[in-house]
Amino acid sequence: MPTEIGTRVVTARFGNPDAKTLPGYERAGGYAQLRKALAMRPEDITAEVKASNLRGRGGAGFATGVKWGFVPKDAKAVHLVCNADESEPGTCKDRELMFWDPHLLIEGMVISAHALRAVHNYIYIRGEMMREYVVLQHAVAEAYARGYLGKNILGTGIEVHLTVHRGAGAYICGEETALLNSLEGLRGQPRLKPPFPAVKGLFGNPTIVNNVETLMNVPAIIDKGGAWFNALGMGRSGGTRIVCVSGHVNKPGVFELPMGITFNQMIHEVCGGVWKGRKVKAVIPGGVSMPPLDASELDVPCEFDALQTDERIKPVMVRPGQPFDLGGGRQLRTMAGSGGVVVMDDATDIPRAIWRIMKFFAHESCGQCTPCREGTGWLEKVSRRVAEGHGKDGDIDLLASISHGIAGNTICALGDAAAWPMLGFLTKFRADFEAKIADRKGKAA
Amino acid sequence: MSLEFSADAQKKIAAACERYPSKQPVVMAALHLAQKEHGHLSDDVLRLVARTLDLPYAHVYGVATFYTMYRREPGGRQTIRMCTNISCMLRGGYEVLEAFEAKLGLKRGESSADFTLVEEECIAACANAPCAVVGTEYLLDIKPEQVGELVQRLKQHPHPESEVV
Ligand SMILES: Cc1cc2nc3c(=O)[nH]c(=O)nc-3n(C[C@H](O)[C@H](O)[C@H](O)COP(=O)(O)O)c2cc1C
Ligand code: SF4
Ligand code: FES
Repeated sequence: MPTEIGTRVVTARFGNPDAKTLPGYERAGGYAQLRKALAMRPEDITAEVKASNLRGRGGAGFATGVKWGFVPKDAKAVHLVCNADESEPGTCKDRELMFWDPHLLIEGMVISAHALRAVHNYIYIRGEMMREYVVLQHAVAEAYARGYLGKNILGTGIEVHLTVHRGAGAYICGEETALLNSLEGLRGQPRLKPPFPAVKGLFGNPTIVNNVETLMNVPAIIDKGGAWFNALGMGRSGGTRIVCVSGHVNKPGVFELPMGITFNQMIHEVCGGVWKGRKVKAVIPGGVSMPPLDASELDVPCEFDALQTDERIKPVMVRPGQPFDLGGGRQLRTMAGSGGVVVMDDATDIPRAIWRIMKFFAHESCGQCTPCREGTGWLEKVSRRVAEGHGKDGDIDLLASISHGIAGNTICALGDAAAWPMLGFLTKFRADFEAKIADRKGKAA
Repeated sequence: MSLEFSADAQKKIAAACERYPSKQPVVMAALHLAQKEHGHLSDDVLRLVARTLDLPYAHVYGVATFYTMYRREPGGRQTIRMCTNISCMLRGGYEVLEAFEAKLGLKRGESSADFTLVEEECIAACANAPCAVVGTEYLLDIKPEQVGELVQRLKQHPHPESEVV
């Protein structure tokens, strides 16, 4: 349940079963923004979204209005696809959002489809989300029956269709081009970019892929305006921020919070502090693909740009003295990612935690690129032997060099997603790895 | 042996074909339906899907073997997907998985007539870790000592994944 801190844009109806039904949603003011948007010109909706500084909530934080602007003006057929594949470990907001407020997603999608002049649109929902699939199927049927979807929505002559497409188990299908392949009935393997989906995506047509939370913010932007939404946020990031706080806190949960809230505030004021009276050791700020923060870095806000550039966050190193280069000498600190905040207390076995993360990536690599397929396998093997107390001298350097060999050398960002946290944990918790390896030697002696 | 889809499944597949510009995207839904009706995706079942959607067998095979929810071997009536990923691991997910193994007499990855036990990656319920999903039912904040009771309840009120398709 969200806290009272700040304004609730997308979680206002959490916990209210009535709002899930179409009549309940309408009673709460639902679909009024669609009526308003249908009377607007598509360009004006996009301009409002640009002004709002809404940024993608799926992981990369890309400006939504700017992305919409990439669709070629003369496009014959355009598609809008909602990414509801949520499977980044530590992230559990999209599932809750769809469960509690399916019509807000549909309303957001129809408004966005109108802005993009997109007729055939899809929600790609993760296969394991069976309960939410049933909820969405029902809500879509209700919306068709009431004329919010169909050939001629609300008598305006505008045609918008929506189909829920169910996945069948594969983390990689959250990557947008893998998702499009899966939607086309292929194996879910990422495509080379460019071309970007906004130019050539689903069925060869310009396609916008947006996250569930991103699209659910659109009705509020139409209602209260882009300037209002921007003012809710911080810097170049409009709106609120949903975080999913899990791990060693007293009150884990999904919370809609101010964009500028710091990790210390989140942990202590919202989540009741660290469990068992312990202290924080590490915090993953945005799903396991992102490098961790240590206890001294938690006064940074969870806002997108702050996590990338705030100098209170130490840069990720390849090895001591050699910062990881994102290109052009840009340093890697961390990123806001998916909003999955995982808190680890000071009794956490860090090598074991990173092993579990590497096991995940090794399992989910789609196998197309050698550095990712082989590299994630090696990261899992070597981190496992370190975690199990059989680490060898040089394993820390080995883990770092494997990670360095993957990062930047693959078709999709899953490679980076494995390499970055590995390097990040080695940078900030090197002593934990050294101690584990030294412990092995102590036992052998 | 030539297998068939039920009339209901045929209707669903025909309706799904209306939603896309070709039949190929319906392969995922057709595989879910085929698994529901035939229990698992044997070679014959894959041929049925290929024939129904005018796709090459190799294409259907490639899709069926890419995604983890499709099974090529028979499984239990219900599938318990127990997450052991980071948030769940930090709050005892492996201990709960071991409790399921003990209660069901199954190792992770194995099946009895009633249950298949799967060690799952994050199921997007991390704020209620450790957790599992069984069809449309989420088992949240599980403690190892509750596992026996949970298994009993699932036996009485089953949630097979096929109920969703
Ligand atoms: C390996 C990988 C997995 C991803 N998983 C998801 C996901 O589950 N949900 C999601 O919305 N975005 C995911 N993304 C990001 C998408 O590729 C894409 O950037 C996003 O859906 C765009 O929507 P947004 O701009 O609204 O954030 C993933 C990216 C990668 C590289
Ligand atoms: S980086 Fe990994 S997951 Fe991405 S395309 Fe290459 S092999 Fe597949
Ligand atoms: S880590 Fe277990 S549900 Fe997310």
